[in-house]
Amino acid sequence: MIEGVPLSHILVVSSIMFFVGVYGFVTRKNLLTMLISTELILNAVNINFVAFNRYLYPDKMEGHFFSLFIIAIAAAEAAVAIAIFISLYRNLKSIDVEDVDSLKH
Amino acid sequence: MPGLEHTILIPLIPFFAFLVIGLLNKTLSPKVAGMIGITGILASTILAYQVALGYFFSFGQVDGVFQKIIAYKTSWLQFTDSLVIEMGAILDPISAMMLVVITTVSSLVFIYSWGYMKGESGFSRFYAFLSLFSFSMLGLVLATNLFQMYMFWELVGVSSYLLIGFYYDKAAAVAASKKAFIVTRFADLGFLIGILLLSFHTGTFDFQLLTDPNGPAITSVGGATFMGLSVVSLSLLLIFIGGAGKSAMFPLHIWLPDAMEGPTPVSALIHAATMVVAGVYLVARLFPVFAFAAPEALEVVAYIGAFTALFAAVVACTQPDIKRVLAYSTMSQIGYMMLALGVSGFGEDGLGYTASMFHLFTHAFFKALLFLGAGSIIHAVHTNDIFKMGGLRKFMPITHITFLIACLAIAGIPPFAGFFSKDEILAAALVSNKLIFGVGFAVAGLTAFYMFRLYFMVFWNEAKIEGAPHESPSVMTIPLIILAIGSLVAGFVPFNELVTSNGSLLATELHWEVAAPSVAIGLIGIVVAMVMYRKASNLPSKLSSSLGGIYKAAYSKFYIDEVYMFVTKKVIFNLISRPIAWFDRNIIDAFMDMTAKMTNLVSEGIKEMQSGQLHYYAIYFASGAILFVVLMLWMR
Repeated sequence: MIEGVPLSHILVVSSIMFFVGVYGFVTRKNLLTMLISTELILNAVNINFVAFNRYLYPDKMEGHFFSLFIIAIAAAEAAVAIAIFISLYRNLKSIDVEDVDSLKH
Repeated sequence: MPGLEHTILIPLIPFFAFLVIGLLNKTLSPKVAGMIGITGILASTILAYQVALGYFFSFGQVDGVFQKIIAYKTSWLQFTDSLVIEMGAILDPISAMMLVVITTVSSLVFIYSWGYMKGESGFSRFYAFLSLFSFSMLGLVLATNLFQMYMFWELVGVSSYLLIGFYYDKAAAVAASKKAFIVTRFADLGFLIGILLLSFHTGTFDFQLLTDPNGPAITSVGGATFMGLSVVSLSLLLIFIGGAGKSAMFPLHIWLPDAMEGPTPVSALIHAATMVVAGVYLVARLFPVFAFAAPEALEVVAYIGAFTALFAAVVACTQPDIKRVLAYSTMSQIGYMMLALGVSGFGEDGLGYTASMFHLFTHAFFKALLFLGAGSIIHAVHTNDIFKMGGLRKFMPITHITFLIACLAIAGIPPFAGFFSKDEILAAALVSNKLIFGVGFAVAGLTAFYMFRLYFMVFWNEAKIEGAPHESPSVMTIPLIILAIGSLVAGFVPFNELVTSNGSLLATELHWEVAAPSVAIGLIGIVVAMVMYRKASNLPSKLSSSLGGIYKAAYSKFYIDEVYMFVTKKVIFNLISRPIAWFDRNIIDAFMDMTAKMTNLVSEGIKEMQSGQLHYYAIYFASGAILFVVLMLWMR
């Protein structure tokens, strides 16, 4: 237990990170910044996992492993997403999300 | 029964012939296909004769009584312990007799078709269908139980349909085949309900149990009744409807004259000698049940038979188409057989039963001969209209003589086959029902008249055919000669010893008090026909105009077809089909249409949501997720 830092503080930090991520995801038009925003969301979740694990079930390890999984998958996801962006840029000369709208009604 | 299992091969050999010809239709040459068909039927003919003669003369009798022998039996569909449908082969006097009749006529028709169908494009198809028919018919007569009989009954209907519609590019043939199938199928509905009712009531399909005088069908007469009839009577009446449909009894006869659109050998085999007597065979097969448990049903059989005999004979006097005259004559003769069964009793009083089977036997010979003779004539002159023929006796001597023998046989002139059987029928009718005897007697005269009208129109009168028609090839005339010999000698078969209702000998003699008047009326009919038609004269037209309305009605077959058309087109279509069609279109379809329209409308309204903009999707997703979480919390 970390002296003097209660669980709620950590949750506040992760919530702020989460909503900053959501806000960025919704308002930004550049696909790269949107990707960065999703990383913020994922890491907010990671903090939650680790914090809950550490504070509520200190004798277990599931939360840690989940965070590790998420980090690994986020890395893979970033690689795929950036590959998509590059190919989009080659085709459209733009990575503005509003230009990528050919799949509509 | 051991030693008789090969009986089952009698129907199976034609079936294999059908399979081989049907499956290798494209690779076999027509000649080989025809040869396979003929070889198959000859093989089963030999087997059938061996079995039938063995049955009648060596192993069939025990203490002078013919037994019902199950030659082969296997359970085919086992639903439960008590509900088993079996397949097998039964041997008793009537099935052995039918084996002989069917295989004889079949093999002669198979051989005859070799000449008649020569050069036709569907030659091998024809032999395939003929083999299928022989299989079905033989399976039908060998059936050990009602259900097997019903299956083969339907198979016979299918092969009849295929053969009537053999010339499938001819609209009339297609229409006739459909008519035959639908009418008989409609009648078979009655048969099926009858089977279900009877077997539900008695708990068995098996003929041996059903016809056992101490069995459940016969002893349980006192059981449930419906509208004043016992269940057994009712179910037998329903079964008789099926028989009446197949045997072209009034008012289900309308398909038979049209069925003459098929090739003539088919008419000879199916619509004269074998399939159409299936109804008679069915009644004979269940005869003990009719006689003991359902005398009312038997009475119906007698009256329908008598009426059909008279009705068809009257119509036959007016028709111009040679095959249709023969078709109506077939109906009339089958009416005779039904009538004989209807007036018969069991055991000592079973003269009608024996007479009916006797007439079935002799009729098969002379009617097949008449049809094959007609085929030979049509082959030579290429028309069916007897008013366009005439004077053919000089050109076709063999056809002429054999046709004359058949006409004499059907007219009941001794010593030809028809005389003996007709005499027994009339004698049986005289004992039990004077009215029916009167009808039968009148029909005997009419029969002689219309047959000799046909004979004199075709072979005498003045020649109207251009050029010289030639006699048919020997492959066609030899079957005619064989059948003519059959028509001569079939009457001397001692049926009272061989085929009786209870299997034991029936004392009978020639009834001269019946035979003399019936021969006399037959001779009168012949003489009248000779006066009217031997030479071209205006007598026939005078007579027909003096008869006026009656002649016109008979010429139009008493407007039965028109009545059917009226009932179906005007009554059923307007009162039943149209409301149902309206309901289908406006209620059922409309409901489906409305669902589709609603879906369309809704999607039209919400399709803008799919904008292609990732932001909106993210917002939808996020708000959905939030909603879900809120719901989860709130529900808790």
